[in-house]
Amino acid sequence: MSNYTFGESMPAPGRVSETTRLAQEAYSQYDQSVQMLDRRSFVGTVLSASALVFGVAVASRSGEAADANWQPSVYLGFEPNGTVVIMAHRSEMGTSSRSTLPMMLADELEADWKKVRVEQALGNEKYGSQNTDGSCSVRDFGAAMHKAGATARTMFERAAAQKWGCPVGDVAASQSTVVNGKTKKVLTYAELLPVAAKMEVPKDNELRYKTPDQYKLIGKNVPILDSHAIVTGKATFGIDAKMPGMLYAMVERPPVYGSKVKSFDNSATMQVKGVTQTVELPMFKQPHLFQQLGGVAVVGNSTWAVMQGRKKLKITWDSSPNDNYSSKDEKKFLLDSVLKPGKVVRNRGNVDTGFANSVKTHEANYYAPMLSHAPMEPPVAVAEWKNGTVETWCPTQNPQAVQDAVAAAMGIDKTKVICHVTLLGGGFGRKSKPDYVVEAALLSKATGKPVQVVWTREDDIKFDYYHTVSGMHMKAGMDADGKLNSWLFRSAFPPIASTFAPGAQYGAEFETGMGLNELPYDVANIRAENCPAPNHIRLGWLRAVAHVYHAFAIHSFLDELAVANNTDYVSYVLKNLGKDRMLDLAADGVKPWNNGQPIEQFPIDTGRLRRVLEMAAEQSGFGKKKATKNRALGIAAHRSFLSYIASVVEVEIDDKGKLTIPNVWTVADCGKTINPDRVRAQFEGAAVFGTSLAMMGEITTANGRVQQGNFNDYPVARLTESPKNIHVHIVPSTALSAGVGEPGVPVMAPAITNAIFAATGKRIRELPVRRTKLV
Amino acid sequence: MIELKVNGQSRKFDGDGDMPLLWYLRDELSLTGSKFGCGMGLCGACTVHLNGEAIRGCVTPLKSLSGKEVTTIEGLSPTGTHPCQVAWEKLGVAQCGYCQAGQIMQASALLKKTPKPTDAQIDAAMDGNICRCGTYTRIRAAVKSAAGVKA
Repeated sequence: MSNYTFGESMPAPGRVSETTRLAQEAYSQYDQSVQMLDRRSFVGTVLSASALVFGVAVASRSGEAADANWQPSVYLGFEPNGTVVIMAHRSEMGTSSRSTLPMMLADELEADWKKVRVEQALGNEKYGSQNTDGSCSVRDFGAAMHKAGATARTMFERAAAQKWGCPVGDVAASQSTVVNGKTKKVLTYAELLPVAAKMEVPKDNELRYKTPDQYKLIGKNVPILDSHAIVTGKATFGIDAKMPGMLYAMVERPPVYGSKVKSFDNSATMQVKGVTQTVELPMFKQPHLFQQLGGVAVVGNSTWAVMQGRKKLKITWDSSPNDNYSSKDEKKFLLDSVLKPGKVVRNRGNVDTGFANSVKTHEANYYAPMLSHAPMEPPVAVAEWKNGTVETWCPTQNPQAVQDAVAAAMGIDKTKVICHVTLLGGGFGRKSKPDYVVEAALLSKATGKPVQVVWTREDDIKFDYYHTVSGMHMKAGMDADGKLNSWLFRSAFPPIASTFAPGAQYGAEFETGMGLNELPYDVANIRAENCPAPNHIRLGWLRAVAHVYHAFAIHSFLDELAVANNTDYVSYVLKNLGKDRMLDLAADGVKPWNNGQPIEQFPIDTGRLRRVLEMAAEQSGFGKKKATKNRALGIAAHRSFLSYIASVVEVEIDDKGKLTIPNVWTVADCGKTINPDRVRAQFEGAAVFGTSLAMMGEITTANGRVQQGNFNDYPVARLTESPKNIHVHIVPSTALSAGVGEPGVPVMAPAITNAIFAATGKRIRELPVRRTKLV
Repeated sequence: MIELKVNGQSRKFDGDGDMPLLWYLRDELSLTGSKFGCGMGLCGACTVHLNGEAIRGCVTPLKSLSGKEVTTIEGLSPTGTHPCQVAWEKLGVAQCGYCQAGQIMQASALLKKTPKPTDAQIDAAMDGNICRCGTYTRIRAAVKSAAGVKA
């Protein structure tokens, strides 16, 4: 194999997400006790031996060094027959990143898409961040795809010109060939490959990028690569990955967070035909990170056998500090907590003076429960421990986190963890946390065989990294004309930060930075406070994260204020949004989290927010149709993941109080988009996901135990419970690409509850909606 | 000994008759197109045809299948071109794709019995199949497209 470095190295795109950084820092602590092994012994590649790989720079361990050595060219290789091989280094969980990024590279390369082979990359830091969360695949890696494509295309064009002895200006690449414009001669990329591969790599300033009118894939509705495999049942998800000779395992985990096995009796379990052994898994050590919960595993030669054997285990559990954790008490605690001052995370002016000088004030408290991700494919992984290495096939959003977590658990170097990424049967943030892969690795070591760990739906719902529970307090002060002059926003939630720093009671920057400290309205006095709340269960991020509850409170409250001033949400927000401007959070003492991106590059542009609000109102006829007691519209507009979204929800409520949603209109300004149909699909899906969490999503605990376990008691939206029509309008934009996967979610809950208020006069301040009788 | 047909092929099974069909298909026959989602017949990811009717493989014990004919997504069409499969691809239904084999088996059973379903019939037939990605509007459109009824 020849290695060619082409293109200058560039800094790794974006910044690693805060969760990635927190995890990396924590895992680097473990590394200190681990013997470092020669990382050159592992260069994962799925190309054939004779393939040409341009520029494989295996980065060193630390984040900074990885940045320095990072090469866009790691995503591209060629087989001798001319087949273009593009590495999909991000995970596919339904957002189409596996198709969309390669499509961008192929377009810029002027490759024939039908002849492109996309290979799923192994976990390896040479690719830059592979953590597929935070709605950032296109945003962070689009430029790298273009650069890799343009560089290789330029080399093919130069190779053709050299062969023909003509100026390079006479030739142009076209669909995996180079054509001589004068002689009309054609050479294929396959024919040019031997020459091109030996050419000097063009400098950045010599690269010519396609203009948008020359795109053949970008901006077009391109089907996802796995479409046919999916509809014929041939696609390989995590649960479909098998290893020769593998055993199956299920784990009985501690029913209360932080309890461990005191003793257990496996005698009845071992009588079950097909069960081969039981293995006690140790409890995690703090900080929790992505470690296993612990418990007792039942191992055997079929899924059914271990499922049966597990039921016969008799386990005595130790007590846990969380034995008394109950959602009822937690709700009271949080709603009390927000009545007291908390840590100030933003301050503008002086809200206390503002309230004293207000003509009227309005207050409200909001509550949103815990949620479980419940991807259709529960967590699952197969792993084999062999001679100091672990090889795993798993559905993960973050294969490098798999390397970190498995390496730490096994006491090996992360380069000894080979992580193959399968398709994910849904992720929503759950599959960024590879505790289930750690379990498989530990069990393989204990049994000496490859082991597939299967989580049942009950395991999935009872042992999640939950979306946190939250309480919020809002108080507004207004002038005589209703204009807002003061806004106090308090939020209390056991933070995700506790997964990384035990005992943390305040949100990490990314939690307070999602909605709490970035109200975009033109209000003279604003104070945002984060009130403390300890965690009693394992927490993690779920699609749209803290925006889910913050947006619910913000846009419900704005609707309440509108009503209090005899107007509607749209008019009231337009009145209080102020003139179009870039929000200056620094002036209020806030270092904007801004999805981890520089505020100069991705400013908070109130004009874009205003436009999506106006467009959604216009497209839905908001404010034109009169609400009736059966049918009404509700609206919310919110910026998240650097995108600006407004959704209008139409609810219909029958005489028995049954709610249906005939229509949703979503207007999305997410900057430049690549595959419009897939962007629409994400917003359609977000409307359903948001409906689901708003209408019925609720995880509760009693005596430290999660009370739900399957779709009967943790319902998720079914076809007839979902919006019947979802009209998505993507705002044409030349702005930098922003998030798509998540930002459609936060607007849904407040748009629904605002619509319910319009129809019934009932103000819902607590989710889920199903807890409130609508008639 | 249980004898049954899977995708037209005769099979014999002499293990635990209480084992659900889903695990037999996946673990023993390596027909992994049918998916595990809930184990209680609540989500439809494991939907297959039993003598032409849509059933949930995760709650159907093998002992109930003597002499029966089972069709899975792998056996729905020899060329992968059942009208539902074609419509699913044409309309870009799948996001993650995990539930879609079950959705397609449910839809194809509906269309076999009711070639021109009404909206209400589609809703009733498809409401037992959960899609967490939320592809329902396209599922409904794809069923109509496969049936050749107006969207």
